Amino acid sequence: MTAVQPLGDTRDVGSTASGGGAVETHPVRRRRRRRLTGATPRGNVWVPWLFLFPAALIFLVFKFIPMAEGIRLSLFEVRPFLGDIFVGFKNYATILQDEKFLTASWHTLVLAGGQTIGAMVIGFFLALLLEGHTKSLWFVRSAVFLPVVAATAVIGEIWRLFFYPAPEGFLNELISWVGLGPWEYIHSTDTSLVSVMFVGIWKHAPYDMVLILAGLAGIDRQQYEAAAIDGATTPQRIWNVTLPALRPVITILLTLAAIRGLRVFTEVYVLTGGGPAGSTDVWMTRVYTTAFEQSEAGLASAGSVLLFLVTLILTVSVQWYRRRREAR
Amino acid sequence: MSTVNSSRFDSAIGWSARPDAWVSRGVRFLFSALAVILFCGPLLVIFSGAFDHNPDPTKLSVIPANPSLINFQVAAENKIWHYLMNSLIIAGGALLLQLSVSVFAAYALARKKFRGQAIALLVILATMMLPEEVIAIPLSLVIGDLPLVHVSLKGTLLGVILPLGAWGFSIFVMTEFMKEIPGELEEAAKVDGAGELRLFAQIILPLCKPALGVIAVFGFNMIWEQYLLPLIVAADPSDYTLTVALLALRSDDMVGTGIVLAGALLALVPSLVVYLSLQKSFLRGITTGAIKG
Repeated sequence: MTAVQPLGDTRDVGSTASGGGAVETHPVRRRRRRRLTGATPRGNVWVPWLFLFPAALIFLVFKFIPMAEGIRLSLFEVRPFLGDIFVGFKNYATILQDEKFLTASWHTLVLAGGQTIGAMVIGFFLALLLEGHTKSLWFVRSAVFLPVVAATAVIGEIWRLFFYPAPEGFLNELISWVGLGPWEYIHSTDTSLVSVMFVGIWKHAPYDMVLILAGLAGIDRQQYEAAAIDGATTPQRIWNVTLPALRPVITILLTLAAIRGLRVFTEVYVLTGGGPAGSTDVWMTRVYTTAFEQSEAGLASAGSVLLFLVTLILTVSVQWYRRRREAR
Repeated sequence: MSTVNSSRFDSAIGWSARPDAWVSRGVRFLFSALAVILFCGPLLVIFSGAFDHNPDPTKLSVIPANPSLINFQVAAENKIWHYLMNSLIIAGGALLLQLSVSVFAAYALARKKFRGQAIALLVILATMMLPEEVIAIPLSLVIGDLPLVHVSLKGTLLGVILPLGAWGFSIFVMTEFMKEIPGELEEAAKVDGAGELRLFAQIILPLCKPALGVIAVFGFNMIWEQYLLPLIVAADPSDYTLTVALLALRSDDMVGTGIVLAGALLALVPSLVVYLSLQKSFLRGITTGAIKG
């Protein structure tokens, strides 16, 4: 105990001296309490960092160094074996004026928006349908959830089969029963983007369902009863009681899905590879092609950094919006 | 009649569970069946197609027309087991690494108070805001020439395993869980003279089993879903994981639909097994992870 005392003191002095302000009252109080219990002998200052070391090392080498490298590369014209040339923001200008990148960003927005909203609407109806505690409902929920667990590459293969463009194709056969089709799905420039969107909705809707179910479970049953006493019909009850209560869940879902949607790659890559004729090309498939098929690492890095900035702005502004709402 | 706990206010729609409410029950049954067909049917078709002698994309069914194992035999000639092996080694290695790294980091973040703790948390949060896709291109360069040691991991399984070794999500889930463990246990062990490692391994870790389930199932899912990373790390097609190899198989004109489906089935089964065995952890993780993260 006596050995601990002076060390604790110097640290307190250090923290008040370096920081100052209201924030510092908390750590000081915390340290004093710890000194009383004697939980931290002197030699253990490094212990937390030792436990954090593996994570820190992996993050540094495989996240932060690549990120820094990506920002650096985005300012260079990368020429393997010849040496890179500094070009400033030229790569960014090139990308923002590139017809293909502009089309790809439009596709990305449409796809992200459509998948986000589609998955949420379907997920909401699934949740309404499958809310409850019985064993059979639990079974149905588990079964419906399977697309979320299956790898995107696997899902891509099976949907490619369903999308077989001939009139005898599986989906065409199905829709012919209701007098539609035949369509060419991912094989025609008109329907390819919608088809990819459809597969994304199919994969993500059950995920949204689980979160919405959690939200539904938190709604006070007495509100439903009160609504019924007031003579509200079921749609009115859902509109006026359920939906407002689900607001926080919906905000989270929207954010998660929008970010996921902006960086979409695998779904498009396995289903169409960006085709036909670039009709499903999204931002990340464009970046991939630029980097690995056209070997323009500088341009591709600029594309990646731009995507990162958009994601960052989106995340931060949603957080800000949420804080402001909570504060009110 | 167990109508004690069930009323029509148990659900937002107002489903009735009473045996005589046959309209409500019938409608619900019908739509539930439809949902199961819509969301599970396509996966069942993978099963039947994989065991069908020559699946016809125009006549898909849930029961193979000509049951046979020929697809797997041909798939074996196309090195499907090699790809599966790659996938399993990566999944096993990366998951083991990810679990240990998360548990270690969470122990420091949850059970210790130290200078720079807030910064450490912020840094981990930053990694979660950084989409993997965004750093894919520079990452492929880093993997080809690791900083300081100048070793190339290109074309090695380690090149896929190491970047997946730390994941902000599992560190956070683990940290949140470890914070809940009461401090008295540690104090008592310290009084008994337990060292830091014993404290960690014998007191804290055994109490974290439920959270380990959550981060294991999420970690596996995240690793198995990886596509871009194995694709950019691979030096030639023999380095592919099974999921990446599916596309290569399909693009090969000599390979029929049945063989691709056999591969798809092999890629599907491990995720089904993990999900079905750790299902509760998975669903719990989705709600806690999303709401806290």
